[in-house]
Amino acid sequence: MKFLSMGKVVLRSLFGKPSTYGYPFTPREYPDTLRGAIGIDIDACIFCGLCARKCPTDAIEVNRQEKSWTIKRMQCVYCSYCVDTCMKNCLWTEHTHVVPDTVKQVDTYKQEPPEAEEEAAEEQLETPASTEASLGQTDSESAGQAETPEPQEGEPADA
Amino acid sequence: MAKRTVIPFGPQHPVLPEPVHLDLVLEDETVVEAIPSIGYIHRGLEKLVEKREWPEMVSVIERICGICSFGHGMGYCLSIEGNMGIQIPERAEYLRLIWHELGRVHSHLLWLGLLADSFGFESLYMHTWKLRETVLDLFERTTGGRVIFSVCKVGGLRRDVDADTLALMERKLTELVPEIEELAKVFIEDSSVGSRLKGVGVLTAEEAAALGAVGPVARGSGLRMDVRLEEKDRLYVDLGFEPCVETAGDSHARCVVRIRELFQSIELIKAAIQRIPDGEVSVPVKGNPEREYIARVEQPRGEAYYYSKGAGEKFLKRIRVRTPTNANIPAMVKTLAGAQLADVPILILTIDPCISCTER
Ligand code: SF4
Ligand code: SF4
Repeated sequence: MKFLSMGKVVLRSLFGKPSTYGYPFTPREYPDTLRGAIGIDIDACIFCGLCARKCPTDAIEVNRQEKSWTIKRMQCVYCSYCVDTCMKNCLWTEHTHVVPDTVKQVDTYKQEPPEAEEEAAEEQLETPASTEASLGQTDSESAGQAETPEPQEGEPADA
Repeated sequence: MAKRTVIPFGPQHPVLPEPVHLDLVLEDETVVEAIPSIGYIHRGLEKLVEKREWPEMVSVIERICGICSFGHGMGYCLSIEGNMGIQIPERAEYLRLIWHELGRVHSHLLWLGLLADSFGFESLYMHTWKLRETVLDLFERTTGGRVIFSVCKVGGLRRDVDADTLALMERKLTELVPEIEELAKVFIEDSSVGSRLKGVGVLTAEEAAALGAVGPVARGSGLRMDVRLEEKDRLYVDLGFEPCVETAGDSHARCVVRIRELFQSIELIKAAIQRIPDGEVSVPVKGNPEREYIARVEQPRGEAYYYSKGAGEKFLKRIRVRTPTNANIPAMVKTLAGAQLADVPILILTIDPCISCTER
């Protein structure tokens, strides 16, 4: 039987450096292998929705019409199933976590139309009358082909 | 006869790490009977099998417990792999062993800290948990997660670990051994710790066997039982595994079993790192589970089993997990009868209760 057997350890700790990080002043260094927050290269995404289907917590929403990809940050459990599923390899895990917050963060990424189309759309905007006409055309066109994956506002400018 | 009093204990109580409720029937300061009730943290995880396809179900099963999460994920995968007749690559088997044993080191360090906390030895508690950080850092570096690892999948593993990282793991664990030894001495030899643990809550081998105790509780009472031994796991046989058994049957014996297992697990990990072969870590999986299968795993707390029943579809018909705490509750109730009220927290802790696992 021993008495005060912790003494040496306690004294060493008392005069040694603290074992804890000085968070938030000393930032935490994460290893490269960390499965952290999900990042997306939105331009490479084809909005197939596979990642949303595989997500166990339904944290991802993909809107093909609006070309948007939304992630509910606080719902994500960092399993990275979405990363494994994506055929376009446009998802990855960052080497850091989402920062604490007082509201539930929701991030939406929107794919901008490609540049050529953007210019065309701008030209259209300069001539309001024709824009209205072509927009009207868009509606009727897209209504006719509801299943078409990419009905776009910019497109009819070429028509 | 002294007057009997009933004290409701839990589910929320400062000394309880988990929500279990006990009605303690007391005569003066002595417990004559303890009536447990659970049901405060049921999450319906098994039912989710109807909503999640079986490959994704791993992520649900892992969340049964935040401490033995790797073991749960592995147990589920073993069950499905047995169901479908899949043989995983040898490298994956070794890595699973390494992570599973690392999980045991993590769990036992955590438990030792909680034990120290339960008898009010706060500095011992903090120092034990400090050591646990090293293990969590190793998990983070190798799996990408600190608590939920998401590395197991049916057919093997989702990521490999390179040789440098394995060497780092070996080095860190070697450095950890003397630090654990220092604290182990306090748990085993210190007189104040001994006076709280020795002769408290004695469970004989016959009682442990009759009540179906598992894991360190059974081994602390002298039963040589361990799923790693009984399943004749080839890897454990090759590594010369022999379960740690103590015969005293009291709280101190259960503590010593876990301390010896800490060192044993570290040795197993180091031996596995020496032997790990190169190669793939997963095999492609085709088809769906069609049969019934039970896989057993020795979790840090004892034997857990994983039953799966498939119907050739993406959704399984049934998943059932029996966790070690479930099996150890009768033993806990037995040790509580006749104990002093002040020893109740320690006796609850010595079975290392995980009520969240029990209720799932
Ligand atoms: S799986 Fe990839 S390509 Fe498909 S919607 Fe998700 S991120 Fe986009
Ligand atoms: S990491 Fe997992 S939980 Fe998070 S968005 Fe991807 S699939 Fe969903």
